[in-house]
Amino acid sequence: MSDVVAHRRPAALNILIYGFIVLWLILAAVPFLWTVWGSFKVEADFFSRESWWHAIFGTNTVRQTGEPFTGAGYHGAWVLRDFWRAAFNTVIVTVCVTVISLTLGTLGGYALARSGHRYAFWILIAALVFRAMPHITLVSGYLLPFFQLNIWGVLPTSIIVLVAINQPFTLWMLHSFFLSIPKDLDESAMVDGCTRFQAFRLVIMPVMWPGVVTTGLFSFLLGYNDFAVTAMLLSAENQTMVPKISSFLGSIQETGNVMYAVAAVVSATVPLFILVLFFQRQIVSGLTAGAVKG
Amino acid sequence: MPHKTFFAFILPSLIAMVLFIALPIASVVVQSLYVAHERVMVEVENCQPFGGCTTELRVDAAATAELQREQPLGRFNGLGTYFNRAHLATAELGAIVSSDLGFGDKLARILNLPFYKALIFTLTYCFVVTPLAMILGFAIALAVNALPRVTKGPIIFFSLLPMIITPLIGSLILYWMLSPNGILGATIQHIFNDRTLSLRASPVLTWIALLVYGVWTNGPFSFVVFYAGLQTVPGDTLESAMIDGASRWERIRYVIIPHLMPLATFVALVQLMDNFRVFEPIVGFSAEANATSLSWLIYNDLSGDAQQFGSAGATSVLTIIGVVILLMPVLARTWREFKHKAV
Repeated sequence: MSDVVAHRRPAALNILIYGFIVLWLILAAVPFLWTVWGSFKVEADFFSRESWWHAIFGTNTVRQTGEPFTGAGYHGAWVLRDFWRAAFNTVIVTVCVTVISLTLGTLGGYALARSGHRYAFWILIAALVFRAMPHITLVSGYLLPFFQLNIWGVLPTSIIVLVAINQPFTLWMLHSFFLSIPKDLDESAMVDGCTRFQAFRLVIMPVMWPGVVTTGLFSFLLGYNDFAVTAMLLSAENQTMVPKISSFLGSIQETGNVMYAVAAVVSATVPLFILVLFFQRQIVSGLTAGAVKG
Repeated sequence: MPHKTFFAFILPSLIAMVLFIALPIASVVVQSLYVAHERVMVEVENCQPFGGCTTELRVDAAATAELQREQPLGRFNGLGTYFNRAHLATAELGAIVSSDLGFGDKLARILNLPFYKALIFTLTYCFVVTPLAMILGFAIALAVNALPRVTKGPIIFFSLLPMIITPLIGSLILYWMLSPNGILGATIQHIFNDRTLSLRASPVLTWIALLVYGVWTNGPFSFVVFYAGLQTVPGDTLESAMIDGASRWERIRYVIIPHLMPLATFVALVQLMDNFRVFEPIVGFSAEANATSLSWLIYNDLSGDAQQFGSAGATSVLTIIGVVILLMPVLARTWREFKHKAV
């Protein structure tokens, strides 16, 4: 419809539309670009009281290091402050969370989509309520038992907790995805003599990957972006990137190494950039699928 | 599907949810009824060669630790924690309301009570950010829909970034720009010509910064959903509205908005739910002096050396009650739909 109307749009309206979009793009993208650019400067430039042109031209960076760009922040964060260890822990946590949630979620979502019983509905409702629980309220319930059982502070505990927190969303998402796969498909396989599990494995599994990939992206994001669970449940040496950055803040502001934290923040943003770059279509379809089926 | 197969499929997922979501909720309720043990005191007689003997009370560390080990929950306190000063503060609230202060003074005193301070910010955040983010998202969706097709991909790419970003990292990025030495903070000081104006010093500025962050990070979700909704607006209806002489604005008002209404309720409910647990921005903006949220209160009780499980539990239970109240309309709607389907 937009193409038909476009040539009849008054010029003033066009200016308004283009102006608004440019303004939004600046708001959405500039904070990131600014921080990425500034992470290669020294603190006196990125946090310059005199003029923000210092951050652009790197006046003090040239004076202090001789070059307009410096990797000192990255060196400080990754090498001196062991950020690599946090990054490694993040890889373990996010990969495990995504794989385990999807395995449990596909089985459960498939069962919910194919069962007409009343309790299937109640499980979905319970999942909806669980989905709304603030994560930190659950964390306050975990801590004491985990201390008692002596499983606090290690990665597997956090992984299991994140998988569980992620289940309600995964179940809803995959439930509505499996509803869109025709029932006849697996039922005809069962008429041909398959058991329910064989039908799932041989007929449903080959066609379920688009839905699984989309759901997996959101599981990944949940594990990657989490702060409440990992900050409270991991000991200092097992921290993932996000709690590590927050622990940087307290210790670094005193010693004047804020640029370590800036470099760490940029490092943790890069994987998300890449994710959006490659999976933009799936992310959009996931968001809208949830909305349309609601 | 037979019951047995159904449960075979769903059992792992169900066990995970029961163990790590349902049980912790029960555990939180139990914890909230207990408070930490009082320290065990012993009377020690202290005799000096010339001064005679004095008795004093000392903390018996060994006995305290022993008691703590035997009963890790602490001692039973009933609903006491709920009504103390750090939570519902009924006594303090009653005193403030019945005092003969002006309305402004009363409000200021209520805002000094930690729970109400957090509750008021949480609710403000929920009910300011959600509608503003939806309006922003709708406006972007309308604008992008009017652009040539080739520009859409890159615009959606950049629009997704504020939403997909880790909340703590996103708030840190904005916080650094807004700090007095950052690009925006220095500019704000310059505009108002006030060298002391900063996030730390000004509660108003802190609230505005947090709300702006909220709109920035929530807007893209509404945009994506509304943009998808715009693609399904029936062309015939729009065309007939045009033939009937409807202006652009009237077409939006009477055709597009009604068409998107079901989506809008969905977006509003999801975002209210998510905004109610606002937490990371307060850590990222170091805003706790000027603004706290319910989730932050719990985090604050749990971190640090002296973990107050009872207090965290009570705040958690009150938060959960808040979430359930917010969820009521969704639950009622889903129930009606289910009944309808069953009949």
